[in-house]
Amino acid sequence: MLNLNDIMETINMIQSENLDIRTITMGISLLDCIDSDAEKACEKIYNKITRLAGNLVKVGEDIEREYGIPIINKRISVTPISMLLGASGGNPVLYAKALQRAADATGVNFIGGYSALVHKGFSAGDVELIKSIPEALSVTTNVCSSVNIGSTKAGINMDAVKLMGEVVREAAEVTQDRDCIGCAKLVVFCNAVEDNPFMAGAFHGVGEPDCVIHVGVSGPGVVQAAIKKCPDVTLDEIAEIIKKTAFKITRMGQLVGTEASTRLGVPFGIVDLSLAPTPAVGDSVAHILEEMGLGRCGIHGTTAALAMLNDAVKKGGVMASSSVGGLSGAFIPVSEDAGMITAARSGDLVIEKLEAMTAVCSVGLDMIVIPGDTPAETISAIIADEAAIGMVNSKTTAVRVIPAIGKKSGEELEFGGLLGSGPVMNVNTNFSPKKFIDRAGRIPAPMQSLKN
Amino acid sequence: MRTIISVIGKDTVGIISKVSAVCTECNANIVDITQSVLQDMFVMVMLTEISALNCSFGEFSDKMKALGEEINTDIRVMHEDIFNSMHRI
Repeated sequence: MLNLNDIMETINMIQSENLDIRTITMGISLLDCIDSDAEKACEKIYNKITRLAGNLVKVGEDIEREYGIPIINKRISVTPISMLLGASGGNPVLYAKALQRAADATGVNFIGGYSALVHKGFSAGDVELIKSIPEALSVTTNVCSSVNIGSTKAGINMDAVKLMGEVVREAAEVTQDRDCIGCAKLVVFCNAVEDNPFMAGAFHGVGEPDCVIHVGVSGPGVVQAAIKKCPDVTLDEIAEIIKKTAFKITRMGQLVGTEASTRLGVPFGIVDLSLAPTPAVGDSVAHILEEMGLGRCGIHGTTAALAMLNDAVKKGGVMASSSVGGLSGAFIPVSEDAGMITAARSGDLVIEKLEAMTAVCSVGLDMIVIPGDTPAETISAIIADEAAIGMVNSKTTAVRVIPAIGKKSGEELEFGGLLGSGPVMNVNTNFSPKKFIDRAGRIPAPMQSLKN
Repeated sequence: MRTIISVIGKDTVGIISKVSAVCTECNANIVDITQSVLQDMFVMVMLTEISALNCSFGEFSDKMKALGEEINTDIRVMHEDIFNSMHRI
């Protein structure tokens, strides 16, 4: 029989330390739904998604019940819609509405893939889709959107960066009455991955199978609790503790993923080894860093602590799963992390520091509320900076900022649920990057040798 | 399928008997029992074979949960594999 202490450890992780499976995400290819008529394509999309994912929520709930591990979200990711729009033309928002209908019918929490990949340039459907994003996010509730504007091999498409600054602002403006929620469902990527189970950036890449199950784990509270038990050890010993904890967390993900894939009759894709926080107390990545000995997340030392945390999570998780992928790393979404919210409120955590932190962890400037009067070109410049970090370091970076229309530094936005709430953070607008952004064009791909 | 039934709470008279009664009622076979006091809490863990349950897993689990609420303890029914996968390579 199993060791009593081991059983108690598992139960404790779930009961007191907020261990959960953040999401089971079903990736569905829509390439066989392409049609020259947008309405016919939408019908095919609805039929395919409801056929494949009809049981997803029920299977998730059954596993949750039998194994006693909470599975917070069930989600769907689909082929970037711009590829279907390129063939059909017409009003892109039809597709968003079809995705929303499919989400309602299947009962999933989010559906991602209202996306375009434009890292080297625009093809048919891309610009139309990008320009429709604000309306699409306004008329739907569960649809998520992402745009990939750069990659290490292609460089950064600055035309797209310029456009996205305007789109982010507009998405906030059209959803102003709902705390600018549109922007919480929109991510701008550099080096986007094809098998990401996490929202808002999930889409189903063209290199993926027809249908696949990915799992995203959580568990910052478990890591924090493990470190708390060893107050006076060296950092290499802390790294060992994090590795062991990450291993255990990932094994949960692997078990749930393989079980879900067997029950749904769909191949298992990847476990995303991410530490995903929630606004709940005891589920914060910032608090892990503070447990390591930083007085507050955001002060000097934060980047080093985060780099170690991120690396140890991967080292521990890799052996625990047959296949690791997605974003895999510690997330630092400000509004979704109780410790980050506190640090941002007190002014100890600033956007410039967050940008530095994104160089060593997954994913990027995430869920950051900025003043409502931030100009589009400044948002574009924030996106360009973040994309440059991803491009040069061969990693995924992203920007999900929310301009709080009508609000200023010190005020707050309240999204509710997993998205949390966030204070408006200061953005440096003393001088304008307008001329730089208006130049548009492309930043060429960087050297891959002579690394310094 | 084998499940671990964990009972955590304040020690009172008849806990094992009450949990066993629900097992009998639902036709779950008790394979092993261990109990201890950890961090001032009474902990009892029961390994059960539930292939021949006369009700659904959900109903069995709900009955245990209801019993837990009745005797003011936390009773959970969880598939054995979750512990195996986490603690064994």
